Amino acid sequence: MIWLSWRQFRMPLLVVSTLVVASCAWLAVTGPALARLARRNVDVYDLLTSTDKLLFNGGVVVLAVVPAVIGIFWGAPLVARELETGTYRLVWNQSVTRVRWLAVKLGFAVLATAVVVGILTAAVTWWAHPLDGAVGAQRGSLVSRLTPISFAMRGFVPVGYAVFALLLGTAIGLVVRRSLPAMALTLAVYVFVQIAVPLWIRPHLIPPTTATVTIAQKTLDGISADGSGPFQIMVRARHRGDWVLTNQTVDSRGRAAALPSWFTTCLPAPPGASGGADRAEVQSGRDRLDACFTRLTDEGYRQRLVYQSHRIFWRLQAAETALYLLAAAGLGAFSLWWTRSRLS
Amino acid sequence: MSAVVAARGLGKRYRRRWALRDCTLEIPAGRVTGLVGPNGAGKTTLLSLAVGLLAPTAGTIEVCGGRPAAGAAQLAKVGFVAQDTPTYAGLTVAEHVRLGAHLNPRWDDAAARRRIDRLGLDPRQKAGHLSGGQRAQLALTLGLAKRPELLVLDEPVASLDPLARREFLQVLMEAVAEDQISVLLSSHVVSDLERVCDHVVVLVDSQVRVAGDVEALLASHHRLTGPRREPRTLPADQHVVWDSHTDRQSTYVVRTDAPVLDPAWSVTPLGLEDLVLAYMEGVSPPAPASPTLEAIS
Repeated sequence: MIWLSWRQFRMPLLVVSTLVVASCAWLAVTGPALARLARRNVDVYDLLTSTDKLLFNGGVVVLAVVPAVIGIFWGAPLVARELETGTYRLVWNQSVTRVRWLAVKLGFAVLATAVVVGILTAAVTWWAHPLDGAVGAQRGSLVSRLTPISFAMRGFVPVGYAVFALLLGTAIGLVVRRSLPAMALTLAVYVFVQIAVPLWIRPHLIPPTTATVTIAQKTLDGISADGSGPFQIMVRARHRGDWVLTNQTVDSRGRAAALPSWFTTCLPAPPGASGGADRAEVQSGRDRLDACFTRLTDEGYRQRLVYQSHRIFWRLQAAETALYLLAAAGLGAFSLWWTRSRLS
Repeated sequence: MSAVVAARGLGKRYRRRWALRDCTLEIPAGRVTGLVGPNGAGKTTLLSLAVGLLAPTAGTIEVCGGRPAAGAAQLAKVGFVAQDTPTYAGLTVAEHVRLGAHLNPRWDDAAARRRIDRLGLDPRQKAGHLSGGQRAQLALTLGLAKRPELLVLDEPVASLDPLARREFLQVLMEAVAEDQISVLLSSHVVSDLERVCDHVVVLVDSQVRVAGDVEALLASHHRLTGPRREPRTLPADQHVVWDSHTDRQSTYVVRTDAPVLDPAWSVTPLGLEDLVLAYMEGVSPPAPASPTLEAIS
């Protein structure tokens, strides 16, 4: 059975392994230079070439796509193709029970997936490590590793995604019994899960920290107005790598509140709006802003931050990986049960 | 020897349609049994139940003394050549043999290689590039090299040209003679079975119309032609299988153990094909599987 699994799997494995090795080689060539750059410079972002940034974002994209590709091209046809071409009637009548047949097939595919995706993720994580969360002195930044998109492409959580995608594909293929619809359905379900988890589940996997911050110029991140709506204040996270879930203004009773109406008129004109901005004008603007913030604080307004600290990165990785592996185990058990009792 | 396949009240339902219903039969060991019936009679369903690809909705089936596909040991006892003889298109002939060797404890590797050699199959050829006949031969080779107690074949020759059919059945018969295995094969072409079977089961609408040793069946069935006569005027020991009447003449196919003595009849023996067709077309209620015809000992 192991020989057959290997024989049926070696071509797709060879293709994917080649791609992974090629990617790793490319990362290995460009990686050390980046690390040196980052060690010597605080503002590494400003020194990056556009190729570096492309590679950084490319790594994110590749790791986002690989688990889905594995689910679609390894998982969905794993059993569906046998059902489709009728070869299950050949292999199920050798002296191996079909549960064992599927278990070995799945075990092989899971192992291959974990190794391939594990290596690729480790390589990308290592490569991107000096760049994660790099911020330019003036403008521009790269996402830090705890932000939803980047988090999913670092550490070991992609292994969980890939194993989940593989077993999701297998289970859907088993039920649908046709490769192509199973592939499409696998992609749809996987994409949905990948959107739903960072949106609704990941923020609560580990209880987030809540902090109340006084609004002042040194804590301010920005003031924004969406269209004609009221102004909104955002304050800075404690640490650049924190993942901010909520950033809202609360009143003296601790309830979310809109900014008072006087605030809009209190604000100074943006510097430079009235033409040549001399130093005195900027300074008077700052003073007015300070006055506005002081009045806000006196009236009891504070800014509430709910965030995940950058320190929990690995704990959150472990929790989310466990969640996905648990779901994958459930799908695997379902597949075995379905093969034994429903596929007849 | 006892029955190699024993079904009791066996039924299989797909959603709301019964593919096989209330099927009771016994197939003796050590024989080559032909399962005949029109398309849709439930042959494939019955065979799939026998090898455990399907699970019964109702009733029981026992094969080689065990529940089909109940475990590795049971699977090893039963070989199966499925309809359209599926093989892995991407695997070579040699790799199929290797597959069999890896997956079967009683595998006869030397015999498999010998057979491939004799068939003139190129071991390096991908199965997807084989002709229908060659693929069927490969599937048969896998089924035989497994050295099962019972080999089940589902319409093995249906898609083959006459020459390939003859070769296939010849290889099958040689192997049966060598290995002393029981064979159960289905076909809707009776002439194929006539050459190879010594036992036959006629399945119509999932009911066993008749089952018995070919020789005994042929000896006990007669075609009677003579002046018009109503069925009820026939002697009690002559069971009408099939009848046809014109204004003046009647033709009957009857089953009887006693010789037909009535001088009004012209009595002709039946070939297996005529006999099977008579049962398939037979308007009379299904004849009970008479113990006198079933040479099960």
